Amino acid sequence: MVRSAVTIVGASLAGYWAAETLRRDGFEGRISLIGDEPHAPYDRPPLSKKYLAGDLDDDRLALTTAEKLADLQLDLRLGCSATGLDVAGRTLEVGGAAEPFDGLVIATGTRCRTLPGTAGLAGVHTLRTRDDAAAIRDALADGARRLMVVGAGFIGAEVASTAIGRGVEVTMVEALEAPFGRVLGVEMGAVMADVHRHHGVDLRTGVGVEEVLGDGCVAGVRLSDGATLDVDLLIVGIGVVPNTEWLEGSGLTLDNGVVCDGTCLAAPGVVAAGDVARWPNPRYGELMRVEHWDNAVQQGVHAARRLLQSDEEATPFAPVPWFWSDQYDRKVQLAGRPHPDDEVRVVAGSTAEHRFAAFYGRDGRFTAALGMNRPRQVMQSKGLLEAGSSWDEALAFAAEWD
Amino acid sequence: MRVIVDFDLCESNAICMQIAPDVFEVRDDDFLYVLEENPGEDRRAVVEQAVQRCPKQAISLED
Ligand SMILES: Cc1cc2nc3c(=O)[nH]c(=O)nc-3n(C[C@H](O)[C@H](O)[C@H](O)COP(=O)(O)OP(=O)(O)OC[C@H]3O[C@@H](n4cnc5c(N)ncnc54)[C@H](O)[C@@H]3O)c2cc1C
Ligand code: SF4
Repeated sequence: MVRSAVTIVGASLAGYWAAETLRRDGFEGRISLIGDEPHAPYDRPPLSKKYLAGDLDDDRLALTTAEKLADLQLDLRLGCSATGLDVAGRTLEVGGAAEPFDGLVIATGTRCRTLPGTAGLAGVHTLRTRDDAAAIRDALADGARRLMVVGAGFIGAEVASTAIGRGVEVTMVEALEAPFGRVLGVEMGAVMADVHRHHGVDLRTGVGVEEVLGDGCVAGVRLSDGATLDVDLLIVGIGVVPNTEWLEGSGLTLDNGVVCDGTCLAAPGVVAAGDVARWPNPRYGELMRVEHWDNAVQQGVHAARRLLQSDEEATPFAPVPWFWSDQYDRKVQLAGRPHPDDEVRVVAGSTAEHRFAAFYGRDGRFTAALGMNRPRQVMQSKGLLEAGSSWDEALAFAAEWD
Repeated sequence: MRVIVDFDLCESNAICMQIAPDVFEVRDDDFLYVLEENPGEDRRAVVEQAVQRCPKQAISLED
C-alpha cells in the first residue's frame, strides 16, 4: 500500500512507537503526530513509582531523547487535540479545523474514571498524566498524612506503596470482597492483599465510598459500612474509559474502545493501537482491549505496519498479554489471560514469603503465569504460553525450577 | 559489538530478556545479568531491538 502521509492521533506510547516504526521501516512521507498534552511523549509507569517518590527528574520520563525525536522528522503538534473524524470523507478535525488524512493511527488511550460528587474538591486526584503525578507528589511533599486509595487496582496499589514508603498512613478501600480478584482471581488477589497489609496498609474490602467530606478541600470519607475516616489526600483508582468521544459519528465502530479487525484495522486506511483499541485476538478468539505498556508498544508497531500493507499482506495481532507492577520491593508480573475461576497452582517459591510463581489453568490448558519477584520464570512462562503449551507441559517445565 | 547496561537506570522488568534471552537474563535476585557481553554479528538486529525497546534506555552498544 503506497501512502503519502500518515497522521497519528495520541502522542504517547502507542503513537510514538507507530511513528518510530514507520521511519525505521523506511517510510519517507509526512508523519503528523498530534497530542493534546503539552509534553513530548513520555512514559507513564514511573508516574506511580519513582516519579511519585520524587526519585526521577522530568527529563528522565521522556520516551526518547530530544535528538532522536528530531531525527524522526515528525510534524509534531503538541497541546493540540483532534475533535472529529469523517472516515468516508477522509478528513480529520484538529482544533476545530478540518484537514485531509491519508493513513490514520488512532492512539488516544484512556482516561481515569472520576468519583461522582468530587469535582473541584482539592486533595482528590486521579493518576494518568505527568501533571496528575506531579500534583500528588507535591501533596505528599507538602505533608499529606492520611491518604485513601479508592479501588484496589494496580495503579492505586503502587501509589499506596509509594506513600507508605514516605511514612504516610494509607487506607485502601475496595467495593468487591476480593481485592485484585478481577485480574488475579480470589486466591492470588488475597496474596496481593496480604503484601499490602504486611506493609501497614489498612485495606478494607466489600465497602464503597458513601460520601466525600470537606469544604473546598477533602477532609474525610464516609464509607458504606458507616465508618468515617479522616483523609487529606484521596486517590481515585476506579478504572479508565477509552478516549473515543471525538470519534462519535465518524463511521467507526465504538464499543468500549475502537473496534478493529484482527489486524488492527478499524476502517480502510485507519488503524487503532494501545489502550484505546479493541480487537479480536485470534489467540483467544475474543475481543479484547489491553491496558498494558507492552501491548501499547507492540500494537503501535503492528498497526503502523498494517497501514502500509495490503489486505493480503496483513497479519493478525496475536500477543500473549503481559504486564508488570512494582509495589514495595516486590515486582509483580502477569503473563497471559487468567479467568477469575481458573485453577491456580504455586509452582515455585512460596506465597507466604511473597516470592513465588503461580500458574493458572483450565480444561487442561495453561492460561497464565503470575510471578512475585520471579521475572525469569514469568518470562519463560510467557514463552510457553506463546507456544501454546498445555497445562501438563507447563507443569513439567516448572518442575525443573527451584 | 559490546553490550553495556547502565544498572543505575535498569528496572529489571525483563523486556530485553523477552527479546534476547540468550543475551539478557533477569535472575531471581531481581537483577539483570548480561549473559553474553559480546554477542555475534548475527544477533545484532535482535540486540538492537532490545536497546530500542528498553523503557529506561538503559542498554547501549559499542562496536
Ligand atoms: C500511573 C500509571 C502507571 C502504569 N504502570 C504500568 C506498569 O507498571 N506496567 C504496565 O504494563 N503498564 C502500566 N501502565 C499502563 C501503560 O502506561 C499504558 O498501557 C500506556 O500508557 C498506553 O499507551 P497509549 O499510547 O495507548 O495510551 P496513553 O498513554 O493513554 O496515551 C494517549 C494519549 O492520547 C492523548 N489524547 C487523547 N485524546 C486525544 C485527542 N482527541 N487528540 C489528541 N490527543 C489525544 C492523551 O492525552 C494521551 O497523551 C501504567 C499507566 C499509568 C497511568
Ligand atoms: S529492558 Fe531495560 S530496564 Fe528492563 S531489564 Fe532490560 S535493561 Fe533493565
